[in-house]
Amino acid sequence: MKPYAWSLGFAFILLGPVVGALLAGIDRRLTARMQARKGPPILQPVYDVLKLFEKDTLVVTPLQTLYLWGFLFFMVVSGFILFLGSDLLLSLFALTVSGIFLCLAAYATNSPFSNIGSSRELMLMMAYEPMLILVPLGFFLVTDSFRVSDIVSGSPWQVIQLAGILIGFLFMLTIKLRKSPFDLSSSHHGHQELVKGITTDLSGSDLAIVEIGHWYENSILLGWLYLFFAPWGPWIALPITVVLFFAEVLVDNTNARLTWSSTLKASWLVTVVFGVTNLALLPFIS
Amino acid sequence: MYLISFLILFSLIAGLAIAAAPTVGAQALRIRFSVGALALASVLLALLQASRGPEFYALGDGLTHVLDWLFMAGGVALAALLLWFCRRIKPREWYIPVLIVVQTGLMLYAELFGQHPEIAHPFYVDSFSVLMALIIAIVGGLICIHAIRYMHDYLAHAAGQHEAGDVDTAQQRPERSRSLFFFVLFLFLAAMFGIVFANNLLWLFFFWEVTTLCSFWLISYSGTDEAIRNGFRALGFNLIGGVSFAAAIVWLTHGPGLHTWELDQLVAGGSALALIPAVLIAVAGLSKSAQMPFSSWLLGAMVAPTPVSALLHSSTMVKAGVFILIKLSPVFHDTFAGLLLSLIGGLTFLATSLIAVNQRNAKLVLAYSTIANLGLIVMCAGVGTAATMWAAILLILFHAVAKALLFLAVGTTEHLIGSRDIEDMEGLVYRRPTIAAMLLVGMLGMFLAPFGMLLGKYTCFQAFLSMDVMWGDGVMLAVILAFGSAPTLFFWSKWMGKLVAVPRSAPPGSAPIPRDEAIALFSLTALTYIACALFPLADTGFVLPYTQHLASLGLIAAPSFAMPWETIMLMSIMLAGLFLMPLAFWLRPPRYAEVSAYLSGANVDGSASYRGAMGAERMVESRGYYLSGFLQEATMVRVGLIGCGALMFLMLIGALL
Repeated sequence: MKPYAWSLGFAFILLGPVVGALLAGIDRRLTARMQARKGPPILQPVYDVLKLFEKDTLVVTPLQTLYLWGFLFFMVVSGFILFLGSDLLLSLFALTVSGIFLCLAAYATNSPFSNIGSSRELMLMMAYEPMLILVPLGFFLVTDSFRVSDIVSGSPWQVIQLAGILIGFLFMLTIKLRKSPFDLSSSHHGHQELVKGITTDLSGSDLAIVEIGHWYENSILLGWLYLFFAPWGPWIALPITVVLFFAEVLVDNTNARLTWSSTLKASWLVTVVFGVTNLALLPFIS
Repeated sequence: MYLISFLILFSLIAGLAIAAAPTVGAQALRIRFSVGALALASVLLALLQASRGPEFYALGDGLTHVLDWLFMAGGVALAALLLWFCRRIKPREWYIPVLIVVQTGLMLYAELFGQHPEIAHPFYVDSFSVLMALIIAIVGGLICIHAIRYMHDYLAHAAGQHEAGDVDTAQQRPERSRSLFFFVLFLFLAAMFGIVFANNLLWLFFFWEVTTLCSFWLISYSGTDEAIRNGFRALGFNLIGGVSFAAAIVWLTHGPGLHTWELDQLVAGGSALALIPAVLIAVAGLSKSAQMPFSSWLLGAMVAPTPVSALLHSSTMVKAGVFILIKLSPVFHDTFAGLLLSLIGGLTFLATSLIAVNQRNAKLVLAYSTIANLGLIVMCAGVGTAATMWAAILLILFHAVAKALLFLAVGTTEHLIGSRDIEDMEGLVYRRPTIAAMLLVGMLGMFLAPFGMLLGKYTCFQAFLSMDVMWGDGVMLAVILAFGSAPTLFFWSKWMGKLVAVPRSAPPGSAPIPRDEAIALFSLTALTYIACALFPLADTGFVLPYTQHLASLGLIAAPSFAMPWETIMLMSIMLAGLFLMPLAFWLRPPRYAEVSAYLSGANVDGSASYRGAMGAERMVESRGYYLSGFLQEATMVRVGLIGCGALMFLMLIGALL
């Protein structure tokens, strides 16, 4: 374990939310432009969160804060593992735990809106989990290792070999970022049928924790996407990654919300058609 | 050798002593003492045997002769006993006595005719069987302790009493059914020790059949028609496995090729010589582990009292099936039969995980998840590399501990709140914090990082992708595992969600958890944590010596992997986080204003009701998602049964041709 790896890991803990917040800010700006609005400043998400910390926190049960700590903790651990260059599969497992803690926080408040939100969130997790697991498996078959550091120094052809996996991953990225058509568990607009879904009963610093967690998550997902192109070096890989990342905004703005059952079916179908086929055909394209 | 005989014989004698106890209080005392002695002996055995290769024991000629006769007579007596029980069968269960007769006939044919193979070592100890013995003695023992109080309440309830009263001061004579119940539990423990230490296949088979008998008797325990029917179904399905096992022994006696009655010789035969008997025994293993197409007996077995479900149908007996499969695992390596076996496990894992999403009854969720996890272990056993065996053994350990905890906690919860419906467990964290915390630890242990089950899955992925039987085999297994894990995550999390939900109305007053049950539950909770924190110890102490020995015999490729220290460190950080966060929260809880949950601003009575249309007050109700329209249980079961049945048929045909 080189000092370089350690510094990357700790840099994630400090800079991860900054990058994530910028991504969120750019996202909002892009969305606004697509809708022919001017949009907020890039740093608006940061202002929002700072303001949330100023506000009174109302809770339904004190324990909801504990679950949110769990959410944030495992999110940070997941990113730390990823940027340390350690095990990709382990990082995914930690990410899963983090998602479950968020659901627990929402379940704990027990309002019907939070309940539906978290049930739908779990449904989405069930939808994207198989495909997300196939990503490390694909890398393993190509580089013979689950380690991020080995994947980064892998063959430049890996993105071609794993094209199906990449398509599947981009599909799941839309769910992971809670973009339309898959924003079933919480919406950006509080006036819809499920109000704010999982975050309905979170307020003040509790809601701020969720936002910061999502910033971390943005960085982690960007990191995952980067891995596909990593062997090409950061100067080529990073711009491609960022462009693909913001392509999600376009998807968000051009699609209406799906029901959970069609989401589940569509994601598992994509997983099989693109992910599994890709894995099965790998022996012939390596 | 002495410790092994002690474990087997002491369990038997303890069972008799417990059955003969004059009062309920004395009986409870004897159970606790016996469990303590067994646990101590198993730990002693573990300390002596840890990190060492196997030891085989020879017996004197005279003793062997006597034991041979005893086991044969025992086998016949067992068959006679089972036939006697069969007087209560229904006409459509005619196949059960037929199976008993066929099985006994096969065994007698093997034992009385033809040239007997020489048996040099009827008993053995290796680190895997020591680990099993630890599970049987400690987890099994704790379940017995839990059963003291549970059965006390259970019988009082059955007799129509409202209050059971204290166990220890109870001076009444124990009912015949209670004494027999505990006798059968300890008889079962003795048989389990026999299974894990016997090298003589004939003796192993006798112990195997004793567990079938115990399972049958305990499932039928309550005497209701449903219980008796389910008992017979379990008996019938296990007897199919028994016949298959007996056929393997006949093959090993009279068949061409391998001529041996010793387990280690059978495994040493390798896939060229030993595949046919191994496949036959695998069918027995599949039926004992309730894999599809045999799975339905385990679901029926849930009518038994909860400690029975915990002991036989989750922690130990069903593990005997996968135990024998893992023992035979080197034979399956790199064969189509092995791949088919893995697929049976995989299909079972996938189908039962999906079905579990449908279930509202907590015990059925646990039952389906048990079958699913056993399926995962079968998947590993079929692959038969050092890595999969490593994963399989660790899965056995972690599953035994966490599942025993969950079953017992559900049993206690049922006594406390009067229901085993998951929806009724809403707000358990507030209503019964201790029991809810235990349930949560059990569930975390079942499927989340950094607990052990996940470690097993991790290794499985790695091992599957390194397989080389045919094109796409490993990918197929890994994909099954990936798809099966997703519903697992769903049904556990939504159950956890019910537990953590704040109750909408005030919690009722709480009676404490009875002492014996509390001891068992606390110990198992601690064990779940400890097994996870100290898994490297279990690894170097019990798992690696086993795979290394097999590798030194040339039966499997040398284990080429090791958990990097960095992974272990990261897992420890996560475990520490899971422990320290609640602690920090408890020491310095944040003080926020508490309000009612959001009900569109129309709350009337806190979070419990709201002002609905026409100004009427309406109660809030929301239920979990069970996806019963999306996933049909009946369809899933049918697909699983037909698929696994076909795979098993292929496996048998493929091995024979």
